[in-house]
Amino acid sequence: MRVNFTVNGRRQEADDVWEGESLLYVLRERLGLPGSKNACEQGECGSCTVRLDGVPVCSCLVAAGQVEGREVVTVEGLADYAKQREQSACGTGACGTSLQDAQQWSAKGSDSHTGEGTELSPIQQAFIDAGAVQCGFCTPGLLVAADEMLERTPSPSDEDIREALSGNLCRCTGYEKILDAVRLAAARQGNQEATV
Amino acid sequence: MATTGTPTKLTQKTQGGIGESTLRPDGTLKVTGEFAYSSDMWHEDMLWGQILRSTVAHAEIVSIDTSEALAQAGVYAVLTYDDLPTEVKNYGLEIQDTPVLAHGVVRHHGEPVALVAADHPETARRAAAKIKVEYKELPVVTDEASATAPDAPLLHPGRDDHHAGHVPHPNIVHRQPIVRGDADEAAKRADVIVTGEYTFGMQDQAFLGPESGLAVPAEDGGVDLYVATQWLHSDLRQIAPVLGLPEDKIRMTLSGVGGAFGGREDLSMQIHACLLALRTGKPVKIVYNRFESFFGHVHRHPAKLWYEHGATRDGRITHMKCRIVLDGGAYASASPAVVGNASSLSVGPYVIDDVDIEAIALYTNNPPCGAMRGFGAVQACFAYEAQMDKLAKALDMDPVELRQLNAMEQGTLLPTGQPVDSPAPVAELLRRVKARPLPPERQWESTEGADVRALPGGLSNTTHGEGVVRGVGYAVGIKNVGFSEGFDDYSTAKVRMEVIAGEPVATVHTAMAEVGQGGVTVHAQIARTELGVSQVTISPADTQVGSAGSTSASRQTYVTGGAVKNSCELVREKVLEIGRRKFGSYHPAWATAELLLEDGKVVTDGGEVLADLVDLLEDEAVEIEAEWRHRPTEAFDLRTGQGNGHVQYSFAAHRAVVEVDTELGLVKVIELACAQDVGKALNPLSVIGQIQGGTTQGLGVAVMEEIIVDPKTAKVRNPSFTDYLIPTILDTPTIPVDVLELADDNAPYGLRGIGEAPTLSSTPAVLAAIRNATGLELDRTPVRPEHLTGT
Repeated sequence: MRVNFTVNGRRQEADDVWEGESLLYVLRERLGLPGSKNACEQGECGSCTVRLDGVPVCSCLVAAGQVEGREVVTVEGLADYAKQREQSACGTGACGTSLQDAQQWSAKGSDSHTGEGTELSPIQQAFIDAGAVQCGFCTPGLLVAADEMLERTPSPSDEDIREALSGNLCRCTGYEKILDAVRLAAARQGNQEATV
Repeated sequence: MATTGTPTKLTQKTQGGIGESTLRPDGTLKVTGEFAYSSDMWHEDMLWGQILRSTVAHAEIVSIDTSEALAQAGVYAVLTYDDLPTEVKNYGLEIQDTPVLAHGVVRHHGEPVALVAADHPETARRAAAKIKVEYKELPVVTDEASATAPDAPLLHPGRDDHHAGHVPHPNIVHRQPIVRGDADEAAKRADVIVTGEYTFGMQDQAFLGPESGLAVPAEDGGVDLYVATQWLHSDLRQIAPVLGLPEDKIRMTLSGVGGAFGGREDLSMQIHACLLALRTGKPVKIVYNRFESFFGHVHRHPAKLWYEHGATRDGRITHMKCRIVLDGGAYASASPAVVGNASSLSVGPYVIDDVDIEAIALYTNNPPCGAMRGFGAVQACFAYEAQMDKLAKALDMDPVELRQLNAMEQGTLLPTGQPVDSPAPVAELLRRVKARPLPPERQWESTEGADVRALPGGLSNTTHGEGVVRGVGYAVGIKNVGFSEGFDDYSTAKVRMEVIAGEPVATVHTAMAEVGQGGVTVHAQIARTELGVSQVTISPADTQVGSAGSTSASRQTYVTGGAVKNSCELVREKVLEIGRRKFGSYHPAWATAELLLEDGKVVTDGGEVLADLVDLLEDEAVEIEAEWRHRPTEAFDLRTGQGNGHVQYSFAAHRAVVEVDTELGLVKVIELACAQDVGKALNPLSVIGQIQGGTTQGLGVAVMEEIIVDPKTAKVRNPSFTDYLIPTILDTPTIPVDVLELADDNAPYGLRGIGEAPTLSSTPAVLAAIRNATGLELDRTPVRPEHLTGT
């Protein structure tokens, strides 16, 4: 079958999709977006978390056909998404991409080895700064989940953070630095709003 | 932070050197989703490989029929044992007893039997399911009694490995006794004697990035292999003979590794992907799913441990006797070395002169077990720390004071007779975790009623505080760093210095497997410190450079870090030679002063600038590839266990605070404080991250993590993240960390390997806290609700 949907603000068309394929498989193997990770394929680990019409979902549990006509945001689009949210002050996060923005979108030049020069969202930068990344396999899913939580809850308590991220397993960090990163992103976001 | 002497003269003029919390060079790629893990590899025209695994634990293979699988549209190849290309059909880390594909018999549940390559992963899976394997089931051996019974079926009849001659039964992989002093005689001096029988469950590494990789056939008949592993050169040594290719025709590159923790020391899909690629002439990718990952790597050895300790009335330990039985499962993997660790570290970080120790690993039909973070020292620590609490209770002493009274110090002899020749701040680490203020009681109470999120059971809303009791427990442990028992544990580093775009740049190339630990960060820091440049490029790890040894045993910062430091020093000498040649006549300091490289310049130790590296090097590049070794070690005597077997030690202590819902048997760990001596924190942020991560894996095996193997069938019952639980962010408490830096003068910068020690003491500290809360004995880990409720 053919599936038409929007990924990170761009219209995408996936052909020859087998009915049993997950959204995760289509993103990774058909659309060249391997950022979302496959660590359990049964919705237990959260490594494949993406936003489907603004709602965080395990993309391994979403059949590709279910996303027909809908909007998906993956870790690859997180920086653009956060930037647009900031510019448009879109509180719900489901504001989508304007036609003009979509037409102007192009791959950004960055150092392919280190990623230097890449523009990051606040939560992405906070994960690096706080030491929340070790092997990094859980990171894409955690970033999408944490970004969505901060959109809803700009000043979260530790309990809020733990509750929101309880569906995302990390085996390396013991979660302390992940908590630090979310606190840091929230604080920076708060400072930014205070200065506006 | 306390420090006793720094062995190397350090200058910190160049930013981003050692001791700073510089950020990961791969951080940006990892947060944008661009970092290429082994499961992200893609190649035009590639096929997907699938492994068919045994559905039974022990059986004769009567027949295999692949015809229906081969007839499927989209299937390119189906391979069995008969298709293996050379006479070498087994592999293994130390003992080559593991079949690439089963031959006539399967020895454990999930053993690889056949391979399929197809154009879609689902096609490959379905084709594998159409392979007909007829099994004739055989009796299983699953524990010491069944494995060593007179009529026990032998796992490897006719074995001729180097341990075969000294083991009391062919189903024992290796046996290591250690005898020192006279434990029986010393026991007569004891006023109290405590004994215990302890059980340690089978833990899984549960790294999040499943086994995966891509094999690309090359025009020269060789293969290019992109994989996630812990040791490229060890893989290569095992792969090449099976493929019948010289090692230089197998070019291995490390892909992004999604965690390891010991589970990638053994081969997984490497040979299988190469076989399919060479057979089909097409690139072949294999990615395990989580279910298969539970069968695709070795686990931590489950263990039974018998301990006896005695002490005089004043709390001095008189003697220790123990017997440790590790279940190695169907194949040897790292079992012999795990036995060496378990036995030599079975006393723990204590002074006990009279000991009688025996450790063995079994061959059984259970899943193969091998390396996991802590490697034999974890199981022992769980038991000896339970014993310390028992002993304190019998003596009516404070459990921390008893430990401090008997704590090892620098100069203490291990039971192997080897002196601990670097700081051993065991008593101090305990003091630090104990001195920390306790978290407030009843934190769930608020004016609006109970906050269930702070209670055992959480939002399941199982209690509002009724039936909840608190407990506090302590533990401390000792872990060896580096490969022991005479292993030639070297690493190789290639360092290049040249001027690029008007700036001096260093390039560091090693084969070190970056598995998340941050070795790549530290290598750049070392190069900046030693070469005084700010720009450092870390080349991808591959087999085009010499071996770096394994990313295990807490050894990479010590050994490959040491190799990078050494190669940098050699490069620096060459750079200074060039300087003397070019500029020596202009300034006497070139001949007389001690010269350093700082901030892109050659300076004297007095700070005078002699030359800019850009002018000195011009278009010349200096490059050195050199091996580096730590001090040699010795094998343990097979009869007495004596020998200088270890290189270095790592110490950590924990205090656990738990709250237990005694009615439902639910445990919430409130805080898990750690103090650890790291020698020298090369990157403090990464050090804390390692300690917190290791602590959490110890917490996991205390209260939830266990692979359940059916004792009747030896089949794995919970191979999924639904049934094998690892700690979530809700299960994990705050983990305050106190870092000591007591230099080990034998190690580069005085550093200590740090990754494993926190995994040791975390588990017994949590168990001690639960015992303290409930008054129960609790002689096994993990603790399950029924152990607490008695139901």
